[in-house]
Amino acid sequence: MKYFPLIWATLWRKKTRTLFTLLSVVIAFLLFGMLETVDYAFSHPSAGTTGADKLISTNKYSITLPLPFADLQEIRSVPGVTDATWLTWLGAYYQESKNFVFALPIDTESYFNVHKDEFIVSDEQMKNYRGTRSGALVNVALMKKFGWKVGEKLPVHSTIWTQKNGSLDWTFDIVGTFDVKDSTQANAQAYTVFFHYDLFDEGRSFGKGTVGWIEERIDNPANAAAIAGKIDALFANSPNETKTQPANDFAMTFIKQIGDIGFVLRAILGAVFFTLLFLTGNTMMQSVRERIPELAVLKTLGFTDGKVLALVIAESLLLCLFAAVIGLGLSYATLPIIGQALQGVQLDPVALIPGLGAAVLLALIVGFPPAWRAMRLNIVDALSGLH
Amino acid sequence: MLKQLIAVISMSLQTVPQRLGASSVIVIGIAGVVAVLVSVLAMGAGFKHTLADSGRDDRVIILRGGSDAELNSNLTRTDIDTIGNAPGLAKDAAGKALLSSELVTVVNVPKLDTGTDANVTMRGVGLKVIEVRPEVKIVSGKMFRPAVRELIAGVGAAKLFRGLNVGSVLRLRNADWTVTGIFSSNGDVHESELLADVDTVGSSIERTGYSSAVGLLTSAAAFTAFKDSLTSDPQLKVDVVREREYYAKQSAGLTKTINIVGTTVAVIMAIGAMFGALNTMYSAVAARGLEIATLRAIGFGALPVLFGVMIESLLLALLGGVIGASLAWMFFNGHTVSTLGAAFAQVVFQLIVTDTLIITGIVWACIIGLLGGFFPALRAARLPVAEALRAG
Repeated sequence: MKYFPLIWATLWRKKTRTLFTLLSVVIAFLLFGMLETVDYAFSHPSAGTTGADKLISTNKYSITLPLPFADLQEIRSVPGVTDATWLTWLGAYYQESKNFVFALPIDTESYFNVHKDEFIVSDEQMKNYRGTRSGALVNVALMKKFGWKVGEKLPVHSTIWTQKNGSLDWTFDIVGTFDVKDSTQANAQAYTVFFHYDLFDEGRSFGKGTVGWIEERIDNPANAAAIAGKIDALFANSPNETKTQPANDFAMTFIKQIGDIGFVLRAILGAVFFTLLFLTGNTMMQSVRERIPELAVLKTLGFTDGKVLALVIAESLLLCLFAAVIGLGLSYATLPIIGQALQGVQLDPVALIPGLGAAVLLALIVGFPPAWRAMRLNIVDALSGLH
Repeated sequence: MLKQLIAVISMSLQTVPQRLGASSVIVIGIAGVVAVLVSVLAMGAGFKHTLADSGRDDRVIILRGGSDAELNSNLTRTDIDTIGNAPGLAKDAAGKALLSSELVTVVNVPKLDTGTDANVTMRGVGLKVIEVRPEVKIVSGKMFRPAVRELIAGVGAAKLFRGLNVGSVLRLRNADWTVTGIFSSNGDVHESELLADVDTVGSSIERTGYSSAVGLLTSAAAFTAFKDSLTSDPQLKVDVVREREYYAKQSAGLTKTINIVGTTVAVIMAIGAMFGALNTMYSAVAARGLEIATLRAIGFGALPVLFGVMIESLLLALLGGVIGASLAWMFFNGHTVSTLGAAFAQVVFQLIVTDTLIITGIVWACIIGLLGGFFPALRAARLPVAEALRAG
């Protein structure tokens, strides 16, 4: 540690060069942080405890194909299923197609029973909601985003469901707001608007008696696989086979189908780090080359070969880690923006930690050749300028 | 001035080999940026191309009113009959309208590379399909027969999904289907699909009715009359869309996303590469301080020195740009991938490294090179001659 001032001073020997190298490395790690957190979010379903006791049953072939409403009773009778609720995808937006709104028709009793203790709604607003046929409960954050107020009408446009009068516009009365208890689920629910399933089912011009998917609450998360198997067995070989999976895995089935996102991200990062190796490597080489007489002086003063090697490697480590911390810090600051751009994907900063490992690896690779050279330095040759 | 400039440039280029390590930083850094930019944009271009090619101006798609996509749409047999009688549809030799009633559903087929199930579109088509879609050509095997569970698979689907060979039997939705042929379709979205007889598909999934109807018009101009006759029919509630518009709309969102993501990543990388270029050129100027000062002392102007440094940087950047674009072209042009399309089913497409993309990449390279060369060039031009000579 006592050598820190020495290392710091040699690092800034050529200020511009170190600054530009540092900035390049900062940029690389900013990118690393951004891409790595996205990759992590796509490969690790939200690990929140909220989802562990819930299953989702969809049509085996596609979420776009419906299930008969009658499946619900059969599913409820499966041992281990404490309750089940049914939902349908409205595919709605507010005013413009970029303003996606997750308007979700729910059966109030069973929905809030399956999703027990997940939402915070004041008793009074809940009472109003139950009492208002066209009522809607809106996420607080969404209310703020569009500047809606309780008591206003909320018109949304469905891209799928026509009403009996042929209109695709559905209008609700905002009677209350809800908040999400588990903050890790906040992004997942950021666009949610709850409204009554009855209103939806009676209003739609086709598809009555079908549901989009069914969500189950189970008594013991450890039995999730067995219960899912029992549910699917109920409908095997029927025209509407189901696929039941833990709620946390459900989102992954779509993400996996988008493509090999991980491959694309890793390929980009590979290109970034390959170029970075050359850049920092060149800086370190130059820096050591210029300091050969100084290094020789250090050796004359009694620094061992090993110590000189360590000094150069430490310099490389300092440069890379310092830059990596700044870069990863910057990418941490961008996480909320990226999360929002991805329609509310929860990005976990834990994915930034491997970045420090990458920085150490980078530092060792680029630091070693010049360090080796410094270690092998012959004092007499170096001082006489014969290197 | 021009003579001086040429002299300065040839001098700086001759010394590049002595600064190979530092110079390669510009080349490799910029090659990386351009390779990433071009490859990602090639993905967007390929996806757009696949969907844009799926339409013809004289072909229409008829959906239930308000349905955005075929999967949400439903037409009855009566609807189809009414549509078949509308004016403007092309007719075959026997006088029957060239209209294919279609039923779109989704089946699960494992992907070849990962083995995980993917949603693939299975399209039941009417007997008139070959006349309505003349671009559909059987490349191996033969056409499916109606009333038996036979299907033909698109070349794109056959390339990426398991078990799509002529003669193989697939279990789809609890029924065994024989693949009788592989078809090509001008590189469009239908090459990602499985085609079979519409009524066989309907009975197999226990669904009556159709998703859509696709008709060939006598000419592109017949569209308005055709549309008006259908939309003014009080018995019918349908949307009539030109096929090209229908598919172009499906590609808009994803293409935009890919382009935004690709450009953002490339801009960030470009900033990093620019710092690298600055570094290289500053050290080049420093290394050649004595040389530059000598040039100035014997009467060379500041401007040729400035341009000399910038042009060196520009040429190195250009080399990097060409290498990056070539790498993207070599590795990814024609590379087949698939993604989840608008209909929640896989769309197979190829990356296309177009001329425009190569030019875009090289323009980016030049901009990075110029920005990275400018400030060092300024320093070189302002170098105090006497001091530099003394220091040397």
